[in-house]
Amino acid sequence: MPNPLNPKTRKQRIDDLAASTAGKGPAGGGVAVAERSVADAGHVEESAGVSLIASAWRRLRGNPVFLLGATISALFVLLAIFSPLLAPHDPTARLLIDQVRPQSNPIPGSQPGYPLGADSVGRDILSRLIVGSRQTLIVGVLATLFGFAGGLTLGTLSGAFGGWVDSLVMRLVDVMLSIPSLLLAVSIAALASKPSQWTVIIAIAVVQVPIFARLLRGSLLAQRSSDHVLAARALGVKRSAIVFRHMLPNALGPVIVQATLVLAGAIIDAAALSFLGVGNPDDRQPEWGQMLGAAQEYIYDHPALAVWPALCIIIVALGFTLMGESLREALDPKSRR
Amino acid sequence: MLRFILRRLLQMVGVVIVLSMLVFLWLRSLPGGTVSAMLGERATPARRAALEKALGLDQPIYVQYWEFVKRALQGKFGASTGVQAGTDAFDIFMQRFPATIELALFSIVLAIIVGIPLGYLAARRRASWFDNLSVVGSLIGVAVPVFFLAFLLKYFFAIQLHWLPVSGRQDSGIDATRVTGFFVLDGVLTREWDSAWDAIKHLILPGLALATIPFAVIFRITRAAVLDVMDEDYVRTAESKGLTRRVIRGRHVLRNALLPVVTTIGLQTGGLLVGAVLTERVFSWGGLGEATALSFERRDYAVLQVLLLMFAITFVVINLLVDIAYAVIDPRIRTR
Repeated sequence: MPNPLNPKTRKQRIDDLAASTAGKGPAGGGVAVAERSVADAGHVEESAGVSLIASAWRRLRGNPVFLLGATISALFVLLAIFSPLLAPHDPTARLLIDQVRPQSNPIPGSQPGYPLGADSVGRDILSRLIVGSRQTLIVGVLATLFGFAGGLTLGTLSGAFGGWVDSLVMRLVDVMLSIPSLLLAVSIAALASKPSQWTVIIAIAVVQVPIFARLLRGSLLAQRSSDHVLAARALGVKRSAIVFRHMLPNALGPVIVQATLVLAGAIIDAAALSFLGVGNPDDRQPEWGQMLGAAQEYIYDHPALAVWPALCIIIVALGFTLMGESLREALDPKSRR
Repeated sequence: MLRFILRRLLQMVGVVIVLSMLVFLWLRSLPGGTVSAMLGERATPARRAALEKALGLDQPIYVQYWEFVKRALQGKFGASTGVQAGTDAFDIFMQRFPATIELALFSIVLAIIVGIPLGYLAARRRASWFDNLSVVGSLIGVAVPVFFLAFLLKYFFAIQLHWLPVSGRQDSGIDATRVTGFFVLDGVLTREWDSAWDAIKHLILPGLALATIPFAVIFRITRAAVLDVMDEDYVRTAESKGLTRRVIRGRHVLRNALLPVVTTIGLQTGGLLVGAVLTERVFSWGGLGEATALSFERRDYAVLQVLLLMFAITFVVINLLVDIAYAVIDPRIRTR
């Protein structure tokens, strides 16, 4: 704990101040609080014991919904990392091709060594599901990251500058939001002359940009007039430093929650793109959405082919959603009663 | 109030103009392009140039855009090449939109009449097993890909159990009189009850599939809003005044909690249209959603431009109406 008589550098003091007002939430940081904080900036850290993140974590530890979601998500990530070691067979080898009869038996059924059977070209379904977890995770994470990066850029421009920059960016966002999300994704995916995993990732990411941008802008705008920003400005901190060191870190909470939910949505959307015929046509690298999309050809005679990848998608999407929703509730200052 | 509406109208016009530019540019940057689509990849350069000239593609881009706008304002988007080859793209839109509106209305009404009471009950019994179960249930609803849910419903209730029809909007054996294009309404208007009942039976499965996501959203927003309002000072005041529970719940809690729900319902329009694309494809519904899926599959760009523009305009108009409704219900919005 620093001694108030031994003042820190100015920058550190502002950072502490920013952190403390953020911890109390915009509603709690009235003028009186801010004045007191300025008077003894050195003591501020003592009250950081009840910061938003710490108290959120305390409540999350005991929340069964969060624990379930976090467990599913963690298992999924582990599976994706170690999938090549866990898969019993090569997911691309046409091991059961001899059993495939296009007319009488297009899909080889369950048998010893192949508990879930094979697909229409004789590849082991179980191995494809296990190995597919990795590609599914990559699509979800990259689509979310790219969408986040785009939204971060637009939202920061808009929320940090206000004025005409804000109007311009927000009209652009309005236009993007006025096209139903999946239609926008399909339209973008259709632009690619050679569809691949990347077109799927980019198409899904673009749809998330306006959502992230809105969220960040709202959060930044609320802070522009708040006390810790006013204090920083009064102390002559540069505008870029105010935005990047004082405003953005405080705005990230809800954005991270949103990212968890977007990750779930991205995995589902990848499946929908495959269903609509603009997914990744290259199935040497299995991915659940693509497996589900490809299974629709046989869905009424061999529903199991669709059910397995669909179940995987549902469980993983549910895991991320449960985690995201309980995070959202925990970080919401209103629910901290 | 009038100024508020005018300002929002102006904003809406701006959005629509930018949108038309985007759709125009999008059409031009699609792989292959119109000329290749019409002549094939191996056409001679001379023939390509002739067709480009005939279509006005040799003009500067702003001239082309202006032509596009002029034709669009007259509803001329060219003939369909894949969905219903030869039919005018705008006519396809006009023929099919009642089917989608009927399905979407059925779904949103279903989502509202189940979602709001359930959300209210869950909030009143917060953290009970009923609350936890319905929260997790609504989250599962969001996690299931819509088209897979549609397949499941169709597989069990239509193909395996034969309880409900497999696809389409009405059995072909039924001799129904068409008045409005809304099949249930037509049956009621002409008093052909069997035809109305048949149309309702066809609506149930796709309607359920389409209603899941709006239901989940409406349920959660209602629950959160009721929880918020129940802690408000005016509810405590009403309780301490000794008002009956019935009055407090109806007048103080529910009415205030419904404000955010109204906005959410407007925002569901986009989701409904997306869901319609997937659901209608599975059930061969014959509406705009199916046309969208088909026109992407068959690269029918004439139909696609109409659909994209009209979907976006619908979304913008509905949200404008919701904003106005919101301003009427909640006077605080107007003064901002």
